[in-house]
Amino acid sequence: MTAVVLRRGRFSVRVERRTLVVTVVALVVIAGLILLGLCHGAVWASPAKVFAALTGGHGESAVVIRQWRLPRVLAAAVFGAALGAAGAIFQGLTRNPLGSPEVIGLDAGAYTGALVALTVLSGTSGQLVTGAVLGGLVAAAVVYLLSRSGGVFGLRLVVVGIAVNAMLTAVNSWIVLRADLEIAIAAVGWSAGSLNGIGWDDVGVPFAVIGVLLALLASRARSAQQADLGREVAIATGVGLDRLRLQLVFIGVGCTATVTAVAGPIAFIALAAPQIGRRLVAAPGVPVLPAALTGAVLLLATDLLAQVLLAPVSLPAGVVSTVVGGIYLIWLLARKVGRT
Amino acid sequence: MSARLSARDLTLRYDDRVVSTRLSVDVPDGAFTAVVGPNACGKSTLLRAFVRLLRPSAGVVLLDGRDVRSYPNKELARALGFLPQEPIAPEDVRVRALVARGRFPYQSLLSTWSDEDEHCVAEAMTAAGVADLADRPVHELSGGQRQRVWIALVLAQRTTHLLLDEPTSFLDIAHQYQLLELLAGLRDQGRTVIAVLHDINQACRYADHVVAMRDGQVVAEGPPSRVVDAALITKVFELPCVVVPDPVTGTPMVVPAR
Ligand SMILES: Nc1ncnc2c1ncn2[C@@H]1O[C@H](COP(=O)(O)OP(=O)(O)O)[C@@H](O)[C@H]1O
Ligand SMILES: [Mg+2]
Repeated sequence: MTAVVLRRGRFSVRVERRTLVVTVVALVVIAGLILLGLCHGAVWASPAKVFAALTGGHGESAVVIRQWRLPRVLAAAVFGAALGAAGAIFQGLTRNPLGSPEVIGLDAGAYTGALVALTVLSGTSGQLVTGAVLGGLVAAAVVYLLSRSGGVFGLRLVVVGIAVNAMLTAVNSWIVLRADLEIAIAAVGWSAGSLNGIGWDDVGVPFAVIGVLLALLASRARSAQQADLGREVAIATGVGLDRLRLQLVFIGVGCTATVTAVAGPIAFIALAAPQIGRRLVAAPGVPVLPAALTGAVLLLATDLLAQVLLAPVSLPAGVVSTVVGGIYLIWLLARKVGRT
Repeated sequence: MSARLSARDLTLRYDDRVVSTRLSVDVPDGAFTAVVGPNACGKSTLLRAFVRLLRPSAGVVLLDGRDVRSYPNKELARALGFLPQEPIAPEDVRVRALVARGRFPYQSLLSTWSDEDEHCVAEAMTAAGVADLADRPVHELSGGQRQRVWIALVLAQRTTHLLLDEPTSFLDIAHQYQLLELLAGLRDQGRTVIAVLHDINQACRYADHVVAMRDGQVVAEGPPSRVVDAALITKVFELPCVVVPDPVTGTPMVVPAR
């Protein structure tokens, strides 16, 4: 396989040619899906109209595109990337394709946190994100503590995580049942994981949080890749492994929880994107960048599909992703069980 | 004999299983040190303590008079190279890419690949005899080839000290001697080599310094011709034997008695 070295002054990176090609293609696909998402809606807008709207055009359709469709497609792209990255982090840490946030209870934990913020506090955007991140971190800590004795980052963690996920899901139902009717209806709708009705007001804080987290992740990506060599070689080649793992857990939980706070738990993206991305670039380990790009493509496509499947009714993206993800999960489990 | 790397009064343990107490070892500079001893006597544990994989519950490991725990991670990794007994390659990785990971301690956020890196990787692959495998996936290689790829990774790290845990395992006899020659050559270039070796005769042939361990303690240390005799082998390995001069090199050679 050939590698290219990109250089600019003191800055130099070595990338596999295939990774470069996949990255460019993925960016083009993402741009295409974003355009499609802006065209599609109750009324189809031609690409020309979309460009006019984006460059400050006036009129009713321009407002619809800028105020309604744009935040939604951008949310799909950004949230998809965040979920894909979080999936890559946890699948890498657990060295297991099943070790994805939604499988090991982090989405459920974040949802618990958000539900508490919604029912106990007033449920502003900031409170929801904070509650969700705290809930996700608590869930991660519980999974970590319960799986500690058995070599920690491995299959045991996945099994414990599945159990924690089941328990948290029950807790979430209980909170919703006890809540006021109005809040309960909102919470249930939200639990399906949906981008329906997302506007600029909802995405400001989450975009900023995810932007910071992804930048942090990019700065840790090489160390994370080095950590794929296993504890001994990673430490012997200069990786501060304990600190790195803590940082990665924090970034991964932050990404998952932020998305959950706004859109509810969207299954499947974090589970599938890292594995698809990995195969596309044919790289060792679970690389983060292809996972993030694939995640963006998947969520954009899923959300579009959710809008057209039963049009004019718009399904929650989470429903579509859960159906597809469920099938993928069964396939993955069958293969894993068959192997061991 | 100067020793930049040394262990002082170490207590080494895994949870409540104590492996070594008050263990002190000096690693002579620019020499080839062989650590020998029966299975489970604590050889790997000692090496792990040297490279900070195991935190001593008492005592310190010193490099240039400083506790290794006080070094920044990458700085220590530019001084001490370590090959564990059973390293695991990530799935799907190719030889060149794996060896390139040995350059990690020289890279920063902005500069992740330099000509120097390229050069060191090529040289390490040639030295370890894996240059012609460069584009092969590591998991398709034989155990011996794979072992040499890992050696190349450690060589690419360009450290003054090389700590190798049973580097000759999985190698056929010809490759075992090839590797020992390689290590002796590195020693001749001024590097400090410390390797756990199972074959006591190989240790006597190639090492300048032997550390014989039993039950987590050093039983004897020094040049092989001085420390290796029938009494030592009987004590350390519980193997009745005679020690005769190696017909080729004249170094001690252990022949089991019966
Ligand atoms: N990770 C570990 N956890 C618990 N005990 C261990 C671990 N690694 C080694 N040991 C124990 O420590 C002792 C020394 O092991 P080791 O240093 O690997 O021996 P050697 O390398 O000389 O064969 C053995 O009794 C072994 O069972
Ligand atoms: Mg050992």
